[in-house]
Amino acid sequence: MRDKAKLKMKVNGKTHSVEVEPDASLLEVLRDQLNLRGTKKGCEEGECGACTVLIDGLPVVSCLTPALKCQGLSVETVEGMEDGKKLHPLQEAFLETGAVQCGYCTSGMLMSSRHLLEKNTNPTAEEIKIGLSGNLCRCTGYVQIIEAVLSAVKKIKESEK
Amino acid sequence: MTTYSTVNSRAPRLDAPDKATGSAVYIDDIRLPGMLFGAMLHSPLAHAKILNIDTRGAKRLSGVKSVVTYEDTGLIKYGVSPARYDELLFCDGKVRYVGDEVAAVAAVDLETAVEALSLINVEYEELPAVLTMEEALAEGAPLVHDEYQRNIGAEVHHEFGDVESALAQCDLVRTDTFRSKRQDAAFIEPQGCIADYDGRGYLTLRSSTQTPHYVQRTIAMVLGLPIGKVRVVKPYVGGGFGPKAAANAMEMAACLMSMKTGKPVKMGFTREEVFLHSRARHQFVHTLTTGVKKDGTIVALKNECYLEGGAYTSFGIATIYYAGSLLGGPYRLQNMKYDGYRVYTNKPACGAQRGHGGVIARAAWEQQLDRIAEEIGMDPVELRLKNMMEAGDVSCNELKMNSLGMRECIEAVRDGSGWKEKKGRLPKGKGIGMACGFFVSGAGFPIYRSDTYHATVSIHVSEDGGTVHVYTASAEIGQGSDTAFAMIAAETIGIPLDSVMISSGDTEFGIDLGAYSSRQTLMTGHATKEAAVDVRNQILAVMARELKVDISELDIKDGLIVFKHGGVDFSRLRARYIREHRGWQGIARGNDPLTFQEAARIAYLARGTIIGRGKYKPAELGGSHKGAAVGTSPAYGCSAQVVEVSVDMETGRITVEKMTDAHDCGFAINRTSVEGQMQGSLSMGLGEALYEEVKFDEKGRILNPNLGEYKIPTSLDMPNVNPIIVESHEPYGPFGAKEVGEGAIMPTIPAILNAVYDATGIRFQELPLTPERVFMALRAKKQKP
Repeated sequence: MRDKAKLKMKVNGKTHSVEVEPDASLLEVLRDQLNLRGTKKGCEEGECGACTVLIDGLPVVSCLTPALKCQGLSVETVEGMEDGKKLHPLQEAFLETGAVQCGYCTSGMLMSSRHLLEKNTNPTAEEIKIGLSGNLCRCTGYVQIIEAVLSAVKKIKESEK
Repeated sequence: MTTYSTVNSRAPRLDAPDKATGSAVYIDDIRLPGMLFGAMLHSPLAHAKILNIDTRGAKRLSGVKSVVTYEDTGLIKYGVSPARYDELLFCDGKVRYVGDEVAAVAAVDLETAVEALSLINVEYEELPAVLTMEEALAEGAPLVHDEYQRNIGAEVHHEFGDVESALAQCDLVRTDTFRSKRQDAAFIEPQGCIADYDGRGYLTLRSSTQTPHYVQRTIAMVLGLPIGKVRVVKPYVGGGFGPKAAANAMEMAACLMSMKTGKPVKMGFTREEVFLHSRARHQFVHTLTTGVKKDGTIVALKNECYLEGGAYTSFGIATIYYAGSLLGGPYRLQNMKYDGYRVYTNKPACGAQRGHGGVIARAAWEQQLDRIAEEIGMDPVELRLKNMMEAGDVSCNELKMNSLGMRECIEAVRDGSGWKEKKGRLPKGKGIGMACGFFVSGAGFPIYRSDTYHATVSIHVSEDGGTVHVYTASAEIGQGSDTAFAMIAAETIGIPLDSVMISSGDTEFGIDLGAYSSRQTLMTGHATKEAAVDVRNQILAVMARELKVDISELDIKDGLIVFKHGGVDFSRLRARYIREHRGWQGIARGNDPLTFQEAARIAYLARGTIIGRGKYKPAELGGSHKGAAVGTSPAYGCSAQVVEVSVDMETGRITVEKMTDAHDCGFAINRTSVEGQMQGSLSMGLGEALYEEVKFDEKGRILNPNLGEYKIPTSLDMPNVNPIIVESHEPYGPFGAKEVGEGAIMPTIPAILNAVYDATGIRFQELPLTPERVFMALRAKKQKP
């Protein structure tokens, strides 16, 4: 048996201390040890983007991120997007515009979109395309996803009025 | 005009809240107590005899609970079409491709299972392999299956009319050969499963499948279990597009090892295994000869097709038929000849993918029609309009178009794209192209010969509370079928959508052949509607008796009971309902209209639990020739598309700038979902046209089994899309609905090809149009005098 290592990180605002295999990926720790299975495993090669989470606000593919790299850092996943029972405007927009079909890319898309909107509160469709270009979707052809992000921008602006 | 409360709207999908919050459960999210983890041993060679398999080392490894090979399975052959069952769960005498399944292991964790695989010692004697169709068809080539000479696993020969004499009378005859490449469906969720065999001898398989019913039958047959003791449950599925429609060896291996250990066994494909085992689009080589009159009348078509099928047949019998039967239409063509050959090679097997069998034939022909239009000096839109079938027409191979909004689709994309202003007037490097296509709304016959219903649905009305629960074994795989059926049930009963629950994808819920051949909206939709009518009739019958009115006086609308001529005293029923709910808030009182909730309760009190039942199978469909079963359908969806591209004349890089797409889905149950299917189809077609090719080395190993090197479109590749819904009101569809999920991909590749020609003056006869291929063609064109 290999020695496990201690990992302390914040996930969705809550501090977790877990013992992890030294080579465990962040994705494995989130899904198997913290039971946060909203983050999906699509390729385990960092190519599809389904496992995208935010670490200290930056999007990363959690399948290629060693969990121990997150020591002391703050991780956000799709499960942390809701504010209490209220959906995030991006989540609302995703389900209203048809951006969700099979749903397997959705968590990653939401995290990339969230990062995008935190960087740029008023993105153009072209900027959204660039922001989501690391997340593959085979169902939607991206059109309704881009519409969803644009619609979320409007929702956020209206809520700030 | 009928007004609807629920269908034809843009209702948010019922599954979207779960999926957008991360709480939707897919196969890889399920954990069962005591679960073992399985892994599969693959052949490293493309073609070899198995001399010996030594599993002793693996069995000795601590943590290993089961090691299985062909010795544990018996030698029951399976496949998709009973006409060509050519697979064994594990190879016995020889392996036929790199990846062929040799053994499986279940252990306490995946690491141990994978380590155990490395301790299985297989002795092979390598055999010469055939890796291309040319090699496979060559005189004296090694045989993949000894019983199929020249490696031809299936062939089809059809002739309708008299093609040779028709061609002799044409003013223009063109012959072109078109070649595509093998594709991968590249759904984002790799397939997985968990088998759970319980102490009473019942097997439950949870699997990310498109077709629980066929998986149930195949597992029962191969493992020798009564069908009634095998239950297949589909959790949420992360995309299918065809390859998840066939039962696979992983599912059977997991079941076998669960039966042997008495523990649940979980298995899942890696992304590389998706490329090896998820049977996607074949390589097609079509040689088409088309003859026309100089006024543009299409007179005859000769279609010769070779399919590279890989080592096993899978869906290939249907594929080879579809590659012939889905041409001809949607044009009025009287003479058509088809010769199709499916060729075995020592590569992973191919199967069904969106637009099954028809996509490449369509690409080849619609490009050829464009060439013909140019040669006779006719606008490509006019050529198509001139020959277009209309509702009521029957194609020469006996496909009957009961509805066909093809003309409306063409006119919509012509006018919606600015075709007239753009065609022939764009600057060099920019181009515009159009194409058409159609597809079945469900296969007219099941895969195995049977008089089975294609769908049965039951709707249970809650004994109190006014909600209903739709149970269907159909497969929601992302396309939105659950929402569509709930909408159909709500509309038919006359209650709001939020009063409808739906559970699907479980063989315990009835029969449903599953999500393939774009069948569910029409077929399961019909069964849902029939069950909903049954619910409504049962409840209204009780109301009529209780209130002493004729049933024809009663209706249900928006959750309320409507009395067509008013004046009915229902106070006794209301008092009864209120008496049962003393102290409750929010129930109807006084002169409030009578609610469905009250009526449903009264009906339950009179009859017990109200359960509506519905079923569907197609009526007798036309076609008496051999193979007529493939291509016949109760209805056909159709599409036209106009695509605008720009081509970088220096680098050969193509950018698709705009797509205008009109699809006749008969009637849109959910408009947002219909547009989603159209846009998704365009995206997949765009990828197939420009980027996608599964590549092999000289040993038959896949060179790009990952989503980094097998390139599918990203958000940056998708253009502006203008989706136009055409509704021709199919007489045999529920509310007039028919397919959208596959027909919408048909015109995409040829519309791109035709636009690229308009931009460059080059006709490409081979896919995909990578920058390299386009660059070489541009250079060759420049060098020509």
